[in-house]
Amino acid sequence: MRRRSNILANLDWITIILYFTLVFLGWLNIYSAVYNEEHQSIFDVTQRYGKQLIWISASVFLIFIILFLDVKFINAFSYIFYAAGIIVLIMVLFFGKEISGSKSWFHIGSFGIQPSEFTKFVTALALAKYLSSYNINLQNLKVLFNTLIIILLPALLILLQNDTGSALVYFAFFLVLYREGLSAKLVVAGITILTLLVLTLLLNKFYIWGGLVLVFFILLFFIKRNFSNISKLFLLLLISASLVYAINYSFNHFLSPYQQKRINVLIGKDIDIRGAGYNVHQSKIAIGSGGFWGKGYLSGTQTKYDFVPEQDTDFIFCTVGEEFGFVGSLTVIGLFMLLLLRLVQLAERQKSRFSRIYGYGVISLILFHFTVNIGMTIGIIPVIGIPLPFFSYGGSSLWAFTILLFIFLRLDSFRSQLL
Amino acid sequence: MISQTYSSRKYGIIGIIVLIGLVYLTRLFLLQVPKNSYKLSAENNILRYITEYPTRGLIFDRTGKLLVYNEPAYDLLVVPGQLSDFDTTELCGLLNIDPLDFSDKLSKAKKYSNYKPSIFLEQISQEDHAFLAEKLYKYPGFYVQARSLRKYPYNTAAHTLGYIGEVTKNEVESDVYYQSGDYIGKSGIEKFYEKALRGEKGLSIKIVDVYNREKGAFREGIYDTAAIAGKSIQITLDADLQKYGEYLMQNKIGSIVAIEPASGEILAFVTSPTYDPNLLVGRIRSKNYTILSKDSLKPLMHRAIMGTYSPGSTFKIVNALIGLQEQVLYPDTKYDCQGPNSRPIKCTHFHTTPLELQGAIMHSCNPYFWKVFRSIINKPTFENTEAAYNNWKNHANSLGFGLKFHTDIPFELRGNIPASDFYNRIYGEGRWNSLTIRSLAIGQGEILVTPLQMANFTAIVANYGYYYPPHLLKSIIDQKESNNNYRQKQTTINKKYFSLIVKAMNDVVDMPHGTAYWVRIPDIPVCGKTGTVENPHGKDHSTFIAFAPKDEPQIAIAVVVENAGYGSTWAAPIASLMIEKYITKEINRKWMEDRIANANLLNRNEEKK
Repeated sequence: MRRRSNILANLDWITIILYFTLVFLGWLNIYSAVYNEEHQSIFDVTQRYGKQLIWISASVFLIFIILFLDVKFINAFSYIFYAAGIIVLIMVLFFGKEISGSKSWFHIGSFGIQPSEFTKFVTALALAKYLSSYNINLQNLKVLFNTLIIILLPALLILLQNDTGSALVYFAFFLVLYREGLSAKLVVAGITILTLLVLTLLLNKFYIWGGLVLVFFILLFFIKRNFSNISKLFLLLLISASLVYAINYSFNHFLSPYQQKRINVLIGKDIDIRGAGYNVHQSKIAIGSGGFWGKGYLSGTQTKYDFVPEQDTDFIFCTVGEEFGFVGSLTVIGLFMLLLLRLVQLAERQKSRFSRIYGYGVISLILFHFTVNIGMTIGIIPVIGIPLPFFSYGGSSLWAFTILLFIFLRLDSFRSQLL
Repeated sequence: MISQTYSSRKYGIIGIIVLIGLVYLTRLFLLQVPKNSYKLSAENNILRYITEYPTRGLIFDRTGKLLVYNEPAYDLLVVPGQLSDFDTTELCGLLNIDPLDFSDKLSKAKKYSNYKPSIFLEQISQEDHAFLAEKLYKYPGFYVQARSLRKYPYNTAAHTLGYIGEVTKNEVESDVYYQSGDYIGKSGIEKFYEKALRGEKGLSIKIVDVYNREKGAFREGIYDTAAIAGKSIQITLDADLQKYGEYLMQNKIGSIVAIEPASGEILAFVTSPTYDPNLLVGRIRSKNYTILSKDSLKPLMHRAIMGTYSPGSTFKIVNALIGLQEQVLYPDTKYDCQGPNSRPIKCTHFHTTPLELQGAIMHSCNPYFWKVFRSIINKPTFENTEAAYNNWKNHANSLGFGLKFHTDIPFELRGNIPASDFYNRIYGEGRWNSLTIRSLAIGQGEILVTPLQMANFTAIVANYGYYYPPHLLKSIIDQKESNNNYRQKQTTINKKYFSLIVKAMNDVVDMPHGTAYWVRIPDIPVCGKTGTVENPHGKDHSTFIAFAPKDEPQIAIAVVVENAGYGSTWAAPIASLMIEKYITKEINRKWMEDRIANANLLNRNEEKK
């Protein structure tokens, strides 16, 4: 008993309160999104809000288990969890059930589970474990390579399940790498590549090539003009130019027309409110029509009459925007900001490198989901089907984020000791 | 403590988090707070405005027979903005239209509005609807709306009843009541009594979900209004008489107008060739309309009001009355006649000479009426021909010629009684006289009248000098205020001058020497006047005006049969049969009926040429 009270005393209650607030608000919004007159009870388990309540209860149960886990056990078993996760991902490829084009579900009776949700936290654990090992330096190419393997292996397997959205999530871990000392050059390179990517999609490649040449000459003016520097710069120019070509080529040849369309709609090259842009269009109408104060709980017409697809899962934020208006949006975004900033604070106070890296893993995953999910509902980011943490309907997602977060809180409660 | 060296990078991460938060909040603020189109879009998404169409009023004849009723039909509406992918071929098959037509209609609907429903296919029959309704769930964006089709169980009086059709753009713009796709009376009774017949549309605003399923009334229906059914109308036609007239006129071109003299109510309004009013209903309408409008015999033309003819000999009565009123003619005035050798107008009838007025009417003596006309125009009390002519014209106008009645008959023509200016223009002021315009004496020349005007004139004679403007409305059923406000109109001719005319007209039919003796009806004294109208385009028109019985007349009638020949040969027996039918309700002269009904006079014109 002493041990337990010790844990409770060391737990970060701010995070816990934020967690439960988000989960509760999510549940209310799922009720509203799914609401139908015939099943008015919010506890009706034949309906999704009733089911969500079961998932929430189960999450509380999970939380207790996690809080009783030995921190050393978590650390020691990180790789094993990871290996188990990878094996399950491979099994899904063979035995999974295909739902709307993605083979990412296991079905046990009527109960479905999505393993890719759970591999997020095992990857975070494995990454923390590896990077916290003795004498690890991300400047070292071999270390970087191993790190990339850890991150990209599950991403690749999920990509094979045809679940692009969930695969992209793994790029979130680059935030962790940045925090843990990824070479500034690589960070600059990454940002440059990203910029070139967006520009290539937007503009004619000849303009970009022209721009690159211009940048080359400007830089030439600033650097010390010796042979080595000039040739390096020239090499960079060539690499960038070929990259632009490669992106352009890949876009035109490797992406399916529907993926191209989604990207084009996003960057504003294409307007199509019937096809790919329909979700976003209806979602923006829902949020936009909410106004400052919103239409009132359960009074969102877009939501109530099913104009927004996936409104209880990926587009749950529409319900917030429509029924609670800007005030509701501000509240939800504020809560996520508070949670993320609090997690940064917690991560930074860890004595153990393992805990800190894991903490940043948690931060980067939540941040990525938050950014992409809300970004797509307001038309800033392409429609990538990933849930809003704690909010969206779904057992797998809720449990996975609960486990992810509470493992960190468990580690945090142990923060005064080195692992 | 290996890697504290990078701890400053946490600020970068905090920066990223805060930056994303701010960007999103800004975006949300711009999306949600300033006024924007998203609110409107949300309403457009859920509100469907449903027009509740009232049932259109029924139309009965004067005896209470049902002439027009409604049969349920359905319009297919489309809201282009709500369409999703569907099997076009299958839908075309269901609707029985070809794909080209389909895309045509769709683009028309898109042009009108992406969010408002427009009519895609109108008036689908009940059977077709039952079939379609089952499959409609496959085609979001399409709805059916209950409407009604006009049905004409009596299959008669097509022109008089008129037809309804979709409103034109002009009609929508000039009356806010109408919206694209609404129906409106296009002609006849349907057009004139549109307001009474149509009722008032209702509106209900329904909330619908993304699948267009109704989710109830908007704000508990506070904006909804109920439709008010159209009022039924009883018209003055006698359906049996009308149908009989159409029967007699089959295979002939022309018109019959019968009026009840005491009221001005039109009893029969026959135009021939006619058409089955059921042809201009529903989806077949536009196709049939095209066929009818291209027919060389012009079946769509309502000849009773739009056919203008020289009145011919029947107009001699008019000149006789004017002469009597102007006291340039007396019952015992005698003029001699040289028969075919008469100048300036020869006589076509053989009779004793000289004749008094009564005999002149009976024998339709041309020279007699030329002299009557001359004495009117040359009457010394007028300072010149023009003044005298204007006086004559004033009489003719008061007898209902050259003017519209402006009652409840759309598209009536006024015919022509030329103004003196007309002759001034042609001949020069002061350079024309009675001789110049002598054709007017015998109802030829520039003068043009409609069969309706001829029938009305007959009613004037029957009434001894007055008439009620001929009209079609008997009553609007269930309407409190009276709608018959047609006032008795006195003509310029004194009552006392009519008795002689009536006597003479009675002689025409009932005296053995009368031009229409052979069509007399035993026990019914009929007054009539034949007319054989010279016609520059072909064979003479056969005309006849008549009323009966002589005392307390119940029916006044005018008959025109184009290019048929003598008035006594065709128009007279038709008028006689109509009178017999109306007064005795049966026909005893079967032989005459058969002779008329079986005659085909359509090609007479060509024969002569």
